Amino acid sequence: MNFRRTLIGFASVLPASLIAVILFLAIYYWPAVKFNGLEFIVGTSWNLGNTYGTPIMRNGVAMLPGAHYGILFLIAGTLLSTLIALLIAVPVGVGAAIFLAEAVPGRLRLWLSFLVELLAAVPSVVFGLWGYAVLIPLMGHTVFPIMQRLLGFIPFFAGPTGSGYGLLTAGVVLALMIVPLIAATLRDAILAEPMVVRESAAALGATRFETVWQVVLPGVRKILIGVTILATGRALGETMAVLMVSGNALNYLPPNIYSPISTMAAFIVSQLDSALQDPTGLAVRSLAEVALVLSVISVGVNTIARLVLYRAGLKEARL
Amino acid sequence: MSSPTMNSGAAMTANAMTTISPRDAAARIARMRRRQLRSRTGWALCGIAFGLLGLAMSWILLMVMVRGISALTPTVFLEVTQGTGGGLLNAIEGTLLIGVGSMLLAVPFGIAAGLYAAQFSHTLFARVIRFMADVLVGVPSIVLGYFGYVTMVEWLGWNFSLAAACITVAILCLPYICRTTELALSQVPAAMQEAAYALGAGEGRVAWKISLPVAMPGILTGVLLAFAISVGETAPLIYTAGWSSYLWSGQIVRSPVGYLTYAIWAFINEPFAAANALAYAAAFLVTFIVLAISIGARLVLLKRQGAR
Repeated sequence: MNFRRTLIGFASVLPASLIAVILFLAIYYWPAVKFNGLEFIVGTSWNLGNTYGTPIMRNGVAMLPGAHYGILFLIAGTLLSTLIALLIAVPVGVGAAIFLAEAVPGRLRLWLSFLVELLAAVPSVVFGLWGYAVLIPLMGHTVFPIMQRLLGFIPFFAGPTGSGYGLLTAGVVLALMIVPLIAATLRDAILAEPMVVRESAAALGATRFETVWQVVLPGVRKILIGVTILATGRALGETMAVLMVSGNALNYLPPNIYSPISTMAAFIVSQLDSALQDPTGLAVRSLAEVALVLSVISVGVNTIARLVLYRAGLKEARL
Repeated sequence: MSSPTMNSGAAMTANAMTTISPRDAAARIARMRRRQLRSRTGWALCGIAFGLLGLAMSWILLMVMVRGISALTPTVFLEVTQGTGGGLLNAIEGTLLIGVGSMLLAVPFGIAAGLYAAQFSHTLFARVIRFMADVLVGVPSIVLGYFGYVTMVEWLGWNFSLAAACITVAILCLPYICRTTELALSQVPAAMQEAAYALGAGEGRVAWKISLPVAMPGILTGVLLAFAISVGETAPLIYTAGWSSYLWSGQIVRSPVGYLTYAIWAFINEPFAAANALAYAAAFLVTFIVLAISIGARLVLLKRQGAR
């Protein structure tokens, strides 16, 4: 019994640290909530106010004159870049998974799958480095002007195309980061589908692709949905890669797909230095509110994903 | 082949089966061709999808390799950073310190949580641990970094320090170690544990002598992967570890430490070729270490599967 008590003591560090994180953020951000109210998520201007002014009191909170915190542009940037990432990553991930599971012979499949899994381990800052050094010049000089010429008649695709930093570039880098997760999980699921299902479809005269597309894939539908949500959670919280390619826009909603943006996660990194200039501390507390909003969205998405995957029979999702 | 023909006697059935009108035959062939074309297009699209993934990934790895290796000079390993030039010895040391330090903190607690969740899986507390671990995985790493900043760096007054960095990264790694430990333990045959209980072993003895040793390869894989995460993380370290161009002073608080991922992020933005070269060298080292650990972790797992 003594062993069990010690074990519980050690084991409770994990729940305790999560509770500490949530509690501390909540306590810390409370004055900011009182000050910002609902305006926080519907406003689009992040303004520290006059840093040389005398702090004034409002709603019982000390603030700088003219301070205003609204993060709608961050929420928009986060959601839009994640959406673009998903639009690219899901088709590519599904295609790659089918190719790996059904088109590649045994030995080679092992190696290629191994490669895809390794790519999931590449640190995000390396993706950011590639985006910064390779993708941005390519996008800014070549891809964006071509896209604007071909697709310019669609409102969101019209110019100006900017320098390459922005929404679409961030979406592409995010897509690359989540494709390995989708492809590897779905490949495992496809391989785990019973052979009988395939044989039945073949006996009915279906071609191999029809078997995969119309019989095997619907069977792993729930896992695809679950892993897509899981990948969404990862893209929402991604920091470094986005920070390096998004252009870190401030205080406006993206007018087109080439426009610089910022996401909540990247914003926390890029703004802490300037938030510290606020002597009342309200700016730093508002950043804590950003962190909390981001956590709530991200944890919610992640929990839904795990529920879906659990009900789809995948007891241990890839972490 | 339609049903009316089938119903109107054996002779007619035989007749209908042998004679297919030429128009029907042509239509069938056309339909078959269409289906084959569609299938081929489908395979081609899947191949293109995999090709795109492979292309982008090889591009990233090749860029890191080519530019990284050309930037690797003995100076990188022998000297500390000076301004935006010099070497990366301080960062290499810092990355290893943070990695080892955070593992020293995370491993005992993570394994304990995983052990409890696996051995007493029916209890409420086990369910709480599992749920909390899943939630903690979902918390973005920058949020943990921010938490470390406002609590340890500011409130406790540790400033940028090794302790703040290690604790933050340890929290980040806890759920990974916990869940892989639990998974590895759940694959230990129940009969082995029951046999030990039947011989009079207590819970502690069963855990130490039976469950943990048998599950060791799986647990080790989890720890190695967590170590790889700690080497590759940037966001939670920016506001806990800070940056230092000097070797570690030996203090765990009030003394910032350098680390490799910071060098990538900060030095690529500098307008100097020497700084950019350092960024690529750091990227090469980080990628190389992380991939080597990941490969090692999978080999540990493969070896166990081979032994069975």
